[in-house]
Amino acid sequence: MKKLLLAASVAALLAGSWLAPAQAEYLKEHRGGTIRLLARSAAGTLDPHINYTDQGWQMYQPIYDGLVTFRKAEGVDGFKVVADLAEALPTVSNDGKTFTFKLRKGIKFSNGQDLGVKDVVASFQRIFKISGPTSGTFYAGIVGADKCLADTKSCTLEGGVVADEAAGTITLNLTKPDAEILYKLALPHAVILPADTPAEDMGSKPIPSTGPYMISAFDPNKGMTVSRNPNFKQWSEEAQPDGYPDVVQYDFGLSEEAAVTAIQNGEADWMFDALPSDRLGELGSKSMDQLHISPLSAWWYAPLNTRMAPFDNEKARQAVAYAVDRNTLVKLFGGKVLASPVCQVLPPDFPGHEDYCPFTKNPGAKWSAPDVDKAKQLVEESGTKGQKVTIIVEDTAISRSIGVYLQSVLTNIGYVADVKPISSNLQFTYIQNTNNKVQMSVTQWYKDYPAASDFLNILFSCASYREGSDASINISGFCDKDIDAEMQKALDLGVTDQKAADKLWAAIDKQVTDKAPAVGLFTPKRLDFVSKRIGNFKFNPQFNWIVTQSWVQ
Amino acid sequence: MSSQVAAMPRKTRGPWAVAFAKLATDRAAMASLAVFLIIVLACFSAPLYAKWAGTDPFASTLDAVIQIDGADVPVMEQSTEGLGLGYTPIGPTWRLGNYFLGADSQGRDVMARLLYGGLNSLLIAGAATIFTLIFGTLAGLIAGYFGGITDTVLSRFLDVLWAFPIYLLAISLSIVTIAQGIAIGPIEIQSGSLWLPIIIIGIVYIPYVARPIRGQVLALRHSEFVLAAINLGVPGWRILWRDILPNITTTLIVFVPLMMALNMLTESALSFLSIGVQPPAASWGTIIQDGQALLYTRPLVALVPGLAIAVSVMALNVFGDGLRDALDPRSKVRLGRD
Repeated sequence: MKKLLLAASVAALLAGSWLAPAQAEYLKEHRGGTIRLLARSAAGTLDPHINYTDQGWQMYQPIYDGLVTFRKAEGVDGFKVVADLAEALPTVSNDGKTFTFKLRKGIKFSNGQDLGVKDVVASFQRIFKISGPTSGTFYAGIVGADKCLADTKSCTLEGGVVADEAAGTITLNLTKPDAEILYKLALPHAVILPADTPAEDMGSKPIPSTGPYMISAFDPNKGMTVSRNPNFKQWSEEAQPDGYPDVVQYDFGLSEEAAVTAIQNGEADWMFDALPSDRLGELGSKSMDQLHISPLSAWWYAPLNTRMAPFDNEKARQAVAYAVDRNTLVKLFGGKVLASPVCQVLPPDFPGHEDYCPFTKNPGAKWSAPDVDKAKQLVEESGTKGQKVTIIVEDTAISRSIGVYLQSVLTNIGYVADVKPISSNLQFTYIQNTNNKVQMSVTQWYKDYPAASDFLNILFSCASYREGSDASINISGFCDKDIDAEMQKALDLGVTDQKAADKLWAAIDKQVTDKAPAVGLFTPKRLDFVSKRIGNFKFNPQFNWIVTQSWVQ
Repeated sequence: MSSQVAAMPRKTRGPWAVAFAKLATDRAAMASLAVFLIIVLACFSAPLYAKWAGTDPFASTLDAVIQIDGADVPVMEQSTEGLGLGYTPIGPTWRLGNYFLGADSQGRDVMARLLYGGLNSLLIAGAATIFTLIFGTLAGLIAGYFGGITDTVLSRFLDVLWAFPIYLLAISLSIVTIAQGIAIGPIEIQSGSLWLPIIIIGIVYIPYVARPIRGQVLALRHSEFVLAAINLGVPGWRILWRDILPNITTTLIVFVPLMMALNMLTESALSFLSIGVQPPAASWGTIIQDGQALLYTRPLVALVPGLAIAVSVMALNVFGDGLRDALDPRSKVRLGRD
């Protein structure tokens, strides 16, 4: 057995020593150059503790670090949490309520300051001091968080985040076990910033960073320049690998059509925004080698307001779910290559997902065809026929066309429906505002981290519905005490047995789907169009394309 | 007998007859009127066209299949090359009643939508013109005739309205009302109603009509026949109705085509920005918006309504110019001497 172990160790060593030079060789061969990215507009504030956008989170990956992070890898490996600024994953004690991290030594911020435990404590306090968007949800379980949420300015998180300067450790105490705490710590909202970072939204002012890159220039109307951090030395290839390009130039303002042309002409390397639908055919046939299609843990859905007529009637909601032709919606999104029909909440290949579709011609695991007769029958039974329904959609080509399609479906099954497109900047806030009394809308949800609760608990728990608030993320207003209890049970179970918890989440997914507080439309895929010179394209399931792991020379 | 006839005074034509005679000789104006009337007739035939073509211009028909030269052709064509990404709507078939101008991204017949869209654009522009003329004239008459504090208050109010860029004001009003509609006391206008763009467009152009009318009324207020009527004790409303209004009628008539053109442009702009006519209803502005996403593959979807707007507005403007010339008193004098 010992011999076997020794042999395995030698093999691992050899493999490591064989792999390491390969990466170094690649770095030597391809290091340098400028990657030019395009987007219609900037992603908002530069502050990583505040920015809550896909676009921002993607760009923070080679710039900022947390105690832990998602592995910079493709496929399911990319969902794995690994130690980043911490030497290793934390030791867990006190029945899963205490996490102890040991901070790596010798790491500097891009401004030359040494990273220390005081920066970690200050960063956690800052999440609350600036009223970060997830301070009341993701990090509310830290001891002392309740006081911080009540009085943000004097937040100390006393007893919650405890530093030991001499030992170089940070101890995180929770009020109760949280199976998802490592995921939450791996998000950009928990990255470590210098202790003297002002406790206010830094807006367009870059904050010093620890990663291989830093933001060296930013103009929200023009662009962002990301250049090498002179103080970076690679400490973990899986957590924060050195990058290939010297500079990432992110330019804002070009339309999607113009961005496609720029990439075709080799003037740019990638665009953030979705490709224009009328260019898909051309690009799919002439530029196949420049396209990358990747699965997304996301959900396009139509929330139905369970607190307003006609959708306060379960049969009326189920009727819509039966009537919607998911194939048509997939077609509107660009075809089967770019989207798949769904009925349920959890996306495919996501923890807790088990194929389930009750609202189809032949109920079972997968959606096959709409059942309009059944839908009409349910509308009759519900006694809601002839009622008025307004669908609120984003003012984008795809959302608008989905809205128009849903309007014709509702009209067909007996409602008097109309569609209201609202500016993309406002629509999500509008439909979350309970005062607006939105009956039906079209929206999307992209995972924050790979856990079933991030869909089910956030979108459909009673606590997620806030009457009178403009941030009621439970847009359907769905609240079922029994399902809520099941969700709490699954969250608790996840602390000790994640597999069993995922089984329970699968059951909850089915229960929520049956109640139809929202109509699942489709699961989208990400289509990245890159220039010919981009090499080593890697797609991380958590944060999308790993920009600096591609090379341009 | 014959000498007696020759001695009788020649029967002179009235001012309206002179104006129409003058207008009838303006070839550009008459051609423009003809073009505009053809467009109006075509748009009002939209329901007939849709019925004849057997198409529903408001429903998604992504799975529809049509026959061209005996062959089945899907309305939405999937790309078959390479990765097979995306669907492209069918292009113009140039067969009336069978997707003459092709389909839009919902598989709807663009020709049928173009006619329905024109109908809505014309109805909104026409109704908004009437709204503007009624309220603009009323404001101009009252401000110009009564003067004093009434004039000051009304004029300042119009100045404030005038100070806002028209499109900014129209967009702001639309955004506020588009989702919830308007409910003022017993008056309730549902969101999605065509009355919303009509009222919004009607309101923003009131100063354009009211100010010149007020100027004219101010001048008429001090004319001898009005002063005489006042001195004779004729009530103010009667002077306004019988003496002043008839004297500004020609100005109002000239305003009609010009305001109509302006309103059509505004309606199209608002609908293009999704704050005018609401889907699935059509207007030329919404069709351009739909076509924007198809500019690369099916440019006609956006170009044709754009062209329809341009031709209609040009026809209205040229006709308006002709009408102004015809109703110009100096032109009448010249016509009389001829």
